[in-house]
Amino acid sequence: MNRAARPVRGHPLWFAFLAHRISGIALALFLPLHFWVLALALTDAAALDGFLVFTDLTAVKIAEFGLVFLLAVHLFGGMRLMALEWLPWSPPQKSLAAASVGISVFLSGIFFLQAI
Amino acid sequence: MPDGSPKPETEQRSLRVKVWRGSGGEGGYETFEVPRQPSQTILDVVTWIQQHSDPNLTYRFACRVGMCGSCAMMVNDEPRWTCRTHVDRVLKGDELRIAPLRNLPVIKDLVTDMDPFFDKWVSAEARHHPTADRHSDFAAITPDDPHRLEASSGIECINCAVCYAACDTVAGNPDYLGPAALQRAWTLFNDARDEDGDAILDAVSGTGGCHNCHSMGSCAHYCPNELNPMTAIAGLKRATARRFLTGRGKRKPS
Repeated sequence: MNRAARPVRGHPLWFAFLAHRISGIALALFLPLHFWVLALALTDAAALDGFLVFTDLTAVKIAEFGLVFLLAVHLFGGMRLMALEWLPWSPPQKSLAAASVGISVFLSGIFFLQAI
Repeated sequence: MPDGSPKPETEQRSLRVKVWRGSGGEGGYETFEVPRQPSQTILDVVTWIQQHSDPNLTYRFACRVGMCGSCAMMVNDEPRWTCRTHVDRVLKGDELRIAPLRNLPVIKDLVTDMDPFFDKWVSAEARHHPTADRHSDFAAITPDDPHRLEASSGIECINCAVCYAACDTVAGNPDYLGPAALQRAWTLFNDARDEDGDAILDAVSGTGGCHNCHSMGSCAHYCPNELNPMTAIAGLKRATARRFLTGRGKRKPS
């Protein structure tokens, strides 16, 4: 195969693809940890309290902002993809992808402001 | 031109052009100095190199006016129809990088083997399935028929393989039929004169079919004719899903 050419990337819908994949993988890694922490409520209340104190750290709150952003961008980006595949075609796909990022930044920003 | 008078910018500079040389999977970039010309296209640059620097340089072209789809190459790592790409539009500094199309085997220098690309058109059933003969009446199709509009949106494809070279799904999955073949299949699926929509849906719903598409949109982003194969692939996804759920295949024209 042709080794001469580099990959072609760097346009809005490719970045939307990348954001969807990365957020999906990050959420898949996060969910088992999330359920494990929830399970501490039943198995080890003291450990759960210790963890909740840990979540008061500013760095953890910033990380939570990132997590909510990933969740939102995966949700809205996924809705765009499902609409693309199941509903009649709508031309402004770049605008829809940008809107999904914008809404995600807004929602995760609100979450962050509430947290601090 | 008298001394001291300003020269047009294009006469003052020459281009440093890195051109991929080699065959099979092996090779490397070779640098050429090419005089800058007004309204110079990438194909002009490649032709100048072959005519003045190295007659062994191998490349492919035919019409020079953006109709035949022969001259597509990677220019500064982006797939482009070189006959209609002006140097002004893609030049970064004074340097150009020209390589054979991505995702296809290289025969020599800038010439790729297009067989895998066209074989996939056949695999996608992207060919007409006629039932009418010379004694049949003309098919009556109104210009505003929605299926005709869908079909018409893809018929300006010139088979240049720019979309195929741009597609990361093709790069990651050699069995993937690719944007051009799937767009052609969608065009025929919507053509009222094509009588085997089920064969098309069978072909595009299997391994390597339309459901492999990740909707990255590189095909639409780079298509030199501003077509949108992603739209066609989304249409095939809907049509295959509808047939799977309801058993209904091709819709007849209203």
